[in-house]
Amino acid sequence: MSWLTNFVRPRIRALVRKDNGGNNLWHKCPACERMIFHRDLDAANAVCPHCDHHMPIKPARRLALLLDEGGWERVEVPAVPVDPLRFRDRKRYGDRLKEAQTETEEKDAVIVVQGRLDGRPVVVAAFNFGFIGGSMGIAVGEAILAAANRAVTQRAPLIVITASGGARMQEGALSLMQMPRTTIAVDQVKAAGLPYIVVMTHPTTGGVTASFAMLGDIAMAEPGAIIGFAGARVIEETIGQALPKGFQRAEYLLDHGMLDMVVHRRDLRDRLIRVLGLLTAGRRAEGAPATAMAALPAPASA
Amino acid sequence: MQTYLDFEKPVAELEGKIEELRHVSDGSGVNIVEEVDRLKAKADRLLRSTYAKLTPWQKAQVARHPERPHFSDVVKAVVEDFTPLAGDRRFAEDVALAGGLGRVGGRAVMLIGHEKGSDTEGRVRHNFGMARPEGYRKAMRLMRLAERFGLPVVSLVDTPGAFPGIDAEERGQAEAIARCIQTGLSLRVPFVAAIVGEGGSGGAIALATADRVIMFEHAIYSVISPEGCASILWRDGAHAAEAAEALKLTAQDLQRLGLIDRIVPEPLGGAQRDPAAAAKSLAQAIGAALAELDGLAPDDLVARRGEKFLAMGRTGLG
Repeated sequence: MSWLTNFVRPRIRALVRKDNGGNNLWHKCPACERMIFHRDLDAANAVCPHCDHHMPIKPARRLALLLDEGGWERVEVPAVPVDPLRFRDRKRYGDRLKEAQTETEEKDAVIVVQGRLDGRPVVVAAFNFGFIGGSMGIAVGEAILAAANRAVTQRAPLIVITASGGARMQEGALSLMQMPRTTIAVDQVKAAGLPYIVVMTHPTTGGVTASFAMLGDIAMAEPGAIIGFAGARVIEETIGQALPKGFQRAEYLLDHGMLDMVVHRRDLRDRLIRVLGLLTAGRRAEGAPATAMAALPAPASA
Repeated sequence: MQTYLDFEKPVAELEGKIEELRHVSDGSGVNIVEEVDRLKAKADRLLRSTYAKLTPWQKAQVARHPERPHFSDVVKAVVEDFTPLAGDRRFAEDVALAGGLGRVGGRAVMLIGHEKGSDTEGRVRHNFGMARPEGYRKAMRLMRLAERFGLPVVSLVDTPGAFPGIDAEERGQAEAIARCIQTGLSLRVPFVAAIVGEGGSGGAIALATADRVIMFEHAIYSVISPEGCASILWRDGAHAAEAAEALKLTAQDLQRLGLIDRIVPEPLGGAQRDPAAAAKSLAQAIGAALAELDGLAPDDLVARRGEKFLAMGRTGLG
């Protein structure tokens, strides 16, 4: 192989390809529809420089954005039964899984790592919406359990970054059971007196929201993220009326008391560092809170 | 007046004939007892064979049958001293989710469950058994109340799902369900859940993180309705029967998957044909499940309940 075949030929091919230009070098923001030069978009971590619209990013990119440089260690997630129901719709679930695995080079929708955040060890579980819509089946449940387990054994805070359409229906009621299973996982972190922080990104809906995602000690979300239980279309069809402006957006949830804060992607790392620093600055929380009774002073004798 | 499902048409015809004969004999004085008995036996045989091999989609129809025993019917049939309790103490009373104290088989318990309503007016009032956040928050309040007094919690699950509405979302439907799951898992008293009709998704699991999960023979329990699943994965709700098959939502499938503990037999032709007998059968099963939990220390209950859910999908998938 010469530099001709390796370098020149792909260059020429790229030049003559019809869609060259618009699609490769320029991106159109889906929100404001203005064009963004690819390097600008990259530098802004897939946030539109014109309107601040947050576009999806892959877990690896997300981790690089949040965690200290110098790498992180993958936390192994136990193997799970593949396609336990032998589910088939217009396509086999087994084939959908294989396609998603080939495309993402991951086994399932959540990756778990242990890394450092401003020097402090943390465990992060990050969803990949690109893997069957980030849907939660047994593998995702096991990933959250593995993350919680690592957090407890390392006495590290747990940060979960969600992006999910909800339960993975191809695993039937087994996916429904991930709601209690993941709830047990994050309760173990809380019982150990460790912070559990959720960062909800677009979109976070269904069974994921209605279990561990809404149980964070601190609930953060990215601007504009859709967060909710039922899908907008289902709600519209059920009640037969139009939905209010901004419905189920992160800012809407903040207004309705469902989140602590909406945080711009560029500020997320600093905000996490500050929150974790403050939460762990006091006397470390114990598993079982002392009863109010024990704290009451003894009755004064008359 | 019996409501017949589509697949029950042959039974409907036979039972129609029996009614006709009875009517005729009233007028003419002709003795047709033998003929009626013969037809009745035939109808029973037909019912038995039909119900022995219901497809998952047919079971979904049975589980949603309007004459199936709902929360209030079960209470009337088998709960003594029932004392309804209301409100979440935060926002409202949600009658889609009923609750109260009572005795089942002589044992005082806290009962909670979805109520679908039995006629058009009732169904609207109870929002077809689709609870809002305040319903789930009431359930949590009653669970904690039961815990304070050492009373077991018994839930009856029968819902198409949690209500998908603007108000429900604004008041935190997801958060309410999540906390309800968390509360059920951490309860320091025995907890038995019975899927009596439709166990619809998050709205169902919110009341079913129990030590024992029992299920009526023809009830269904699923992550999504067959219609919803079909409209997403097949892009056409008309494929609901295929989706019902694929979702493995019958009591028999779920027992094989290790997700429920026991199947409660229904009267011949389904619980809707004899709601009182079905309620009795249910009360017996609840009593048996509670008896199994007798004498377990609170810590053991919580630990075993957690282990039970953690084992799901890890073992027993065959």
